Order: sequence, then C-alpha cells, then structure tokens
Amino acid sequence: MDRFKRTPISEQDPKERAKNFKEVCLGYTKEEAMREASRCLNCKKPGCVPNCPVAINIPKFISYVKEGDFESAAKVIAESSSLPAVCGRVCPQETQCEKNCVLGIKGEAIAIGKLERFVADWSREHDINTSKPLPYNGKKVAVIGSGPSGLSCAGDLAKLGYKVKIFEALHEPGGVLVYGIPEFRLPKDTVVKHEIDNLRKLGVDIETDVIIGKTITIDELLNGGGYDAVFVGSGAGLPKFMNIPGENSNGVFSANEILTRNNLMKAFRPEYATPIKIGKKVAVVGGGNVAMDAARTALRLGGEAHIVYRRSLEELPARTEEVHHAKEEGVIFDLLTNPVEIIADEKGWVKGMKCIRMKLGEPDESGRRKPVEIKGSEFLMDVDTVIMALGTSPNPLIPSTTKGLETNKRNCIIAQEDTGLTTKDKVYAGGDAVTGSATVILAMAAGRKAAAAIHERLSKEK
Amino acid sequence: MFKIAEKKLLAPDIYLMKVEAPRIAKTAKPGQFVIVITDERGERIPLTICDYDSKTGLVAIVVQAVGSSTKEMVKLNEGDSLRDFVGPLGNPSELANMDIEALKKEKIMFVAGGVGAAPVYPQLKYLHGLGIDADVIVGSKSKNYMILEDEMRAVSGNFYPATDDGSYGFKGLVTNLLEDLIKNKGKKYDRVVTIGPMIMMKFVCKLTKKYGIKTIVSLNSIMVDGTGMCGACRVTVGGKTRFTCVEGPEFDGHLVDFDEAMRRQTIYKSEEAVKLHRQNDPQEKGCFCKIDLGGVK
Ligand SMILES: Cc1cc2nc3c(=O)[nH]c(=O)nc-3n(C[C@H](O)[C@H](O)[C@H](O)COP(=O)(O)OP(=O)(O)OC[C@H]3O[C@@H](n4cnc5c(N)ncnc54)[C@H](O)[C@@H]3O)c2cc1C
Ligand SMILES: Cc1cc2nc3c(=O)[nH]c(=O)nc-3n(C[C@H](O)[C@H](O)[C@H](O)COP(=O)(O)OP(=O)(O)OC[C@H]3O[C@@H](n4cnc5c(N)ncnc54)[C@H](O)[C@@H]3O)c2cc1C
Ligand code: SF4
Ligand code: SF4
Ligand code: FES
Repeated sequence: MDRFKRTPISEQDPKERAKNFKEVCLGYTKEEAMREASRCLNCKKPGCVPNCPVAINIPKFISYVKEGDFESAAKVIAESSSLPAVCGRVCPQETQCEKNCVLGIKGEAIAIGKLERFVADWSREHDINTSKPLPYNGKKVAVIGSGPSGLSCAGDLAKLGYKVKIFEALHEPGGVLVYGIPEFRLPKDTVVKHEIDNLRKLGVDIETDVIIGKTITIDELLNGGGYDAVFVGSGAGLPKFMNIPGENSNGVFSANEILTRNNLMKAFRPEYATPIKIGKKVAVVGGGNVAMDAARTALRLGGEAHIVYRRSLEELPARTEEVHHAKEEGVIFDLLTNPVEIIADEKGWVKGMKCIRMKLGEPDESGRRKPVEIKGSEFLMDVDTVIMALGTSPNPLIPSTTKGLETNKRNCIIAQEDTGLTTKDKVYAGGDAVTGSATVILAMAAGRKAAAAIHERLSKEK
Repeated sequence: MFKIAEKKLLAPDIYLMKVEAPRIAKTAKPGQFVIVITDERGERIPLTICDYDSKTGLVAIVVQAVGSSTKEMVKLNEGDSLRDFVGPLGNPSELANMDIEALKKEKIMFVAGGVGAAPVYPQLKYLHGLGIDADVIVGSKSKNYMILEDEMRAVSGNFYPATDDGSYGFKGLVTNLLEDLIKNKGKKYDRVVTIGPMIMMKFVCKLTKKYGIKTIVSLNSIMVDGTGMCGACRVTVGGKTRFTCVEGPEFDGHLVDFDEAMRRQTIYKSEEAVKLHRQNDPQEKGCFCKIDLGGVK
C-alpha cells in the first residue's frame, strides 16, 4: 500500500449522474474505510483536529475504524458532532480538517470526511444509538428553525432532559439541508430524515408551518407560552440580486427559487405539482456552493449550464470537490466574467446576457485580488435562463418583531460567541442568522454551544 | 393537518372553506394571506384570508379552481384536511394600521373583481367595526359569479354590482362604473382600494390616477415560500424591486409596473398547462386549449 495515496472512492459515472438526482458519491465499503484509516499516523500532535471547527478527536475515531470497531468510532464522533452523516458529506474538508493533515505534506491527506461519513452511515444502517436522554427536568425550550443549528441545539437539550419544541416556517424540517442542498449531494430520505427521526425519538416535538414573528412571536413564547428559553436558528435565507437592468425578466430566478422548487417541492418528479422552468442554456451567476448546486441542478433538468464568475478559478469559494464534480458532469466555467445587463425579447423573456470581461487587480480587504472590468470588453452571452447565486442574508422578520433583539448592519442577530446569548434575556441565537451564510458545521457548533449555555443558566434556576 | 370545518360553493368553481387554524385565527389581520398545501405532492398556494374568528379558531378562504392545484384543493370536503396552512403572511392592510380618527375622515371606495371580493370583505368588516362604511364596486362575469354579496352589503355603505353581461347591476367594467360615479354622480373618494385580476387593477389605477385618487392594490404574484426566501414574487414598484410576500401584498397602485407583473404571472403557464392536461386527461396529447387564464377578464 502506498501510504501517500488516498483509497479511491466509487462515484456514479459523470455521464450517467448528470441525468439523475441520485447521490454522486457512493461512499467507502468497510474494507475501503479500514484501508484508508490504516494510512493515518495517529499523530501525537495532529494537524487535523485543530482545524475541525468542533474538534472531533480524529486520530481516535480513525484508529477505531482501522480496527473495524465502527461503533466505538461513532461514539467518539458523537462526543463532538451531532450531524456526522451530513458534515462528512458537505464540510469543506480541504480547508478544514484535511488541510493540515501531515500526510498532505508529501502526498494526499487522509479522507477524514469520507471516513466520518462512512462511520455515520454504518451506525445508521446498524441502528447504533449514541445517546440516552436524561429524564424530564421540568423545563421547556423553544427552538426556531430546523436547520443544522436548531437541530443540534434541540438534540443536546433533549438529551439533558429538557422538553424541546422546534418551530419551523416551512412545511418540512431540515432548513438548507432540505430546501437548499440537492439530493445528489445529500440524500433527504435516508440521511436528513434519519437525523430528524432521531430527534423525534429523543422526544423533540417539531411543529412545521409556524412562522415566528407572524404566527406567534418570541415574546408570546416566553410570556404565557411556558418556555424558559428560546434559541433562534433561523438561518440566512434572503436572496440577493445584482440590481442590473433586465433582472426581472421572465427566466431570471434566484438560486433559492430553483433549489426550493426542486429540492423541497420535488419539482423534478413529475408526480409533484410544483412546476420548474429551466431553459436550454442556463447562466448561473456566482461561484459558491449555492452556484454549483444550482448549475448542477439545471444540468440535470436538461439545460446547458454555465457558471459565470467574476474572479478566477483559484478564488471560487465553492468546495473543491463540488467544482471538480461539476466539471466532470459538463458544467462550463466562464470565469473573469461579470453580467452587466439581461436582455429580454419583446415578450419579456430572457434571450441573452450582456457581460464584461474582468481581470484581477490588487488584493482587497479580504486578501483576494479584486476583479476589475476590462474596458470595452462587453459581449453577449447566448442564454435563455439566468440564475442568480450571489449569496443570502438573514431574514429581518424575527428581529423586527422581537423587542430588544438587536442586529448589526448586515441584519445578523448580535450574539455572544461562546454562549449565543443575544441582547434579549433568555433568547439565544446561532448559525447563519448570527454569522451570515457560513457552513453546516459552524451552525451545528453554534447550536450546541447555545444548548450548553441554556443548560448552564436554566439548571441554576429552581 | 388542518381540518376543513365547512365548505360552501359560492359560484361556479368558487368555494369558501373554513379551516381549523387557531393560531392564525388569533393573529390574522385584514389584508394578510395564507399559503396552503393540499396534500403530500401539492404545491404551495397563496390565498387571501377572507375571514377569521379567534373564538372558533376558524380561518375562511375563498378559492377559485383555475389550475391543477386549486382544482385538487376544491375536491376536498368538509371533514377532510389540508396538509399545510401557513400564515398569516404579508403585511396587514394599510387601513388596519391607520389612525382611526384619520380613517374616519376618509371617503373610501373598494373595487373588487371576481374572487377579489374575498380579500375585500375582511377590510370592509374591519372598517364597519370602527363605524366606517365604505362603498364597494364588485365586478363579475355575470350574476351567478357574484360572491359574498350579502356579507359585504351588511358591512358596507353603497354596494354597486357590475357584470360583464349586464345580468346584474351595472353592465360593463368596474372602471366604467367607477368613472360614472365620479364623473356623473358627483361621488368623491379620498382612497380607492382595488383587488382582483392584475389587468383590472391596472385599469383602475389608470383611471384613479387621472382623478388624482390615492389607490392601493393587493398583488397576487406567483409565490413559493411566501417568507422572502425565493424572490419569485418580485415586482417593480416605483422603479425598485420589491418582494410581494414580505413587502406587500399591498402597494401604491400608481407606482406598480403592471405590465411586468402580468408578464411574470405567465412564467409557468406552459408547465402548468402540461400538468393540468395530464391531470384531466392522461391519454390526450397536444392541445392546451382548455386553459383557464386565472379569472383574467
Ligand atoms: C444551496 C446551498 C448549498 C450549501 N452547501 C454547503 C456545503 O456544501 N457545505 C456547508 O458546510 N455549508 C453549505 N451551505 C451552507 C449551510 O447550509 C448553512 O450554513 C447552514 O444550513 C446554516 O444552518 P442554520 O441552522 O443556521 O440555518 P438554515 O439551515 O438556513 O435553517 C434555518 C431554518 O429556519 C427556518 N426559519 C427561518 N425563519 C423562521 C421563522 N421566522 N420561524 C420559523 N422558522 C424559521 C427556515 O425555514 C429554515 O428551515 C449551503 C447553503 C446553501 C443554500
Ligand atoms: C397574495 C395572494 C393572494 C391570493 N388570494 C387568492 C384568493 O383569495 N382566492 C383565489 O382563488 N386565488 C388567490 N390567489 C391566486 C392563487 O394563488 C392562484 O390562483 C393559484 O396559485 C393558482 O394555482 P393553480 O395551480 O391552481 O393554477 P395554475 O395552473 O398555477 O395557474 C392557472 C392560471 O393562473 C395563473 N396564475 C398562477 N399563479 C397565479 C397567481 N398567484 N395569481 C394569479 N394568477 C396566477 C397562471 O398563469 C395560469 O394562467 C392569490 C394569490 C396571491 C399571490
Ligand atoms: S466535522 Fe467537518 S471539519 Fe470536522 S472532521 Fe468532520 S468533515 Fe472534518
Ligand atoms: S494529521 Fe492526518 S495522519 Fe495525523 S492524525 Fe490527523 S488524520 Fe491522521
Ligand atoms: S414568495 Fe418567495 S420571496 Fe416572496
């Protein structure tokens, strides 16, 4: 065995998968996982752990995998993470745990994410229970939003004996895991539903179709609603547009609209009622995970998909693996290109997008080289659908209907980093609602920190 | 699940349903709407709240079966349940937030078209509760399409029916009637609120602009989530892009780009036509000629 080479993992053939919504990566087999685990040097001072936002004891769980003791591996992971099947699939590992793996210096880093996913999938298939809830302690907590932050906060509190109720605005729980990230990266019926069923088994009650701030307010939950504390994990779901001419033409969508129609409403399945409209040539504007997901969805729905991004390949914020997968499937990358106008036909439908070429200039505050327009380089892209994937911001609904809950200029809820406590007594917050769009693992970690802080506080009260 | 406590046929293909939704019944205000999903595979359909009662916990909606999803919905009967019923969404009507004394000084006219009578009713009722009886014009295809007449008459001032075929009340468009009242009958209004098909609202606004009467419209853009998450409902108002679901549904009618709004309503027309066809007649292929245009006159 070559210690410096990763154990290959099987994936659906790119030509095949570009036409279906089944998961791309098929995961390791037992033997493959053990082989990959045996590459790990079990470092005394591991480079991996400090770069995992929740500091999973990576060498320890991997050494159990090496021995074939997957149950013990699952328990090690469960000490730090409550959504390993999700994070093993969607974490940007190359910039986190795998970034400073010592093996990465001379060869390929350990496939930590893939091993985590293997352990999580194995324990799901073998019905391994990693936790036992304590008896009811007489206290009630309301959790707003059922994304990764809300789910993990609710899970931790339920294990500590709290009666927890999650209120979710949409008709299905899961947040971005359900409406945003597509099926081909994160299977809903197996992985996400399992996490939610587990919470229900812990006694967490989930009420969908409740919009906090509209159906009922935080103040009502705390005063008269019988809740001792509230956690806000409402995410950052508001889409941005470019504000360029022609953007309201028929055929211009936000990535959120396309993804919600397809993932949450299952528009790709003919027996579901929600329609979706993807033309023959689709431009997706943006370079993050959301843009990749939208482009690969458009491709699967039969369009020719282009990523239009104003910087170069190196600056693409999406996960490397997704960019690689997108390329394999046939997504075309139009880099250093920025739209300036959307052109519509006489009936108001998109018939083209006027773009300008960019070059990289001096580094900006973020340290990335700033894209600058090349004068006179405008050209017309022949497209009939444009999908804007320019990022999202938190919904102002909750702060605007909750007295004393303060936000910053970016509409993010102000919360203490270590506890999630907001400017309002008994109200905690975490995840994208606090940070703006970030990652699943950070949202999960924030939910868990807030759960600990809520417990710390409520266990002192009699 | 949300149980249908009562169902009533108001006019051909137009039903009133009273749904058990106590939380919404308690917080709803005139001008707001709900999103309804009929069953597991259904889509999210926005419908205006027509009436609500915090004591019984019932919320009334009026639904016109125009396409595949609304046709599925009206198949349900009393005792059946809707899978989802979310709300109250959107901002309450401007009237419901206004100072009551200021409101009492205004002469208000409502202009409703088709099922637009449903969202007008709770506003009339609210005003009536404050001792204000506004005038109403209700337009419909013919007499048997006129809905909620008795309910509205009970809470309004002058009630003016108009029908396309002249089978009841004024023969002609609501705009002709409104202009007749203003120009020939000496009626003065400080505010017009108009709800109905986009094309009707567009022409009402054109008319009231001529007479300098402030006009509020309630837009029925295509929606998905109804919470500001997707941008499907965006409209241009006063040159700016606004999201109907969270910034509306009411806007100053004189600032709305109706041509764009009407065009955007047609985005999914061909997809919907396929679905409707499949539902009506799985064997038949080809023609989509039977499509109802959503009550647009
Ligand atoms: C398309 C897409 C792809 C992504 N890909 C990745 C990836 O590969 N890797 C990664 O790490 N991260 C990825 N992310 C980011 C990641 O999904 C988010 O950072 C994470 O989901 C944030 O979790 P959260 O719990 O804060 O919020 P969310 O997951 O956004 O959940 C918030 C929930 O709260 C609900 N809610 C909002 N307001 C209310 C209210 N008023 N009342 C009741 N409920 C409410 C919402 O409906 C939603 O269900 C992606 C995001 C998107 C959109
Ligand atoms: C805020 C709001 C309040 C509404 N209140 C009511 C109400 O109280 N009663 C009622 O019957 N309807 C109401 N509507 C309209 C209702 O939501 C649509 O009729 C319904 O979504 C059509 O669904 P469908 O699948 O049956 O028809 P589709 O097959 O989707 O459409 C049939 C026809 O209607 C058009 N259409 C699609 N969506 C809309 C829409 N949102 N508005 C207008 N035309 C549309 C299509 O272009 C097509 O021509 C409201 C819409 C909004 C946004
Ligand atoms: S949670 Fe994410 S960062 Fe941490 S080990 Fe797992 S994949 Fe790596
Ligand atoms: S740094 Fe790499 S080799 Fe070392 S313990 Fe972590 S995963 Fe194993
Ligand atoms: S309906 Fe999605 S933003 Fe308005």
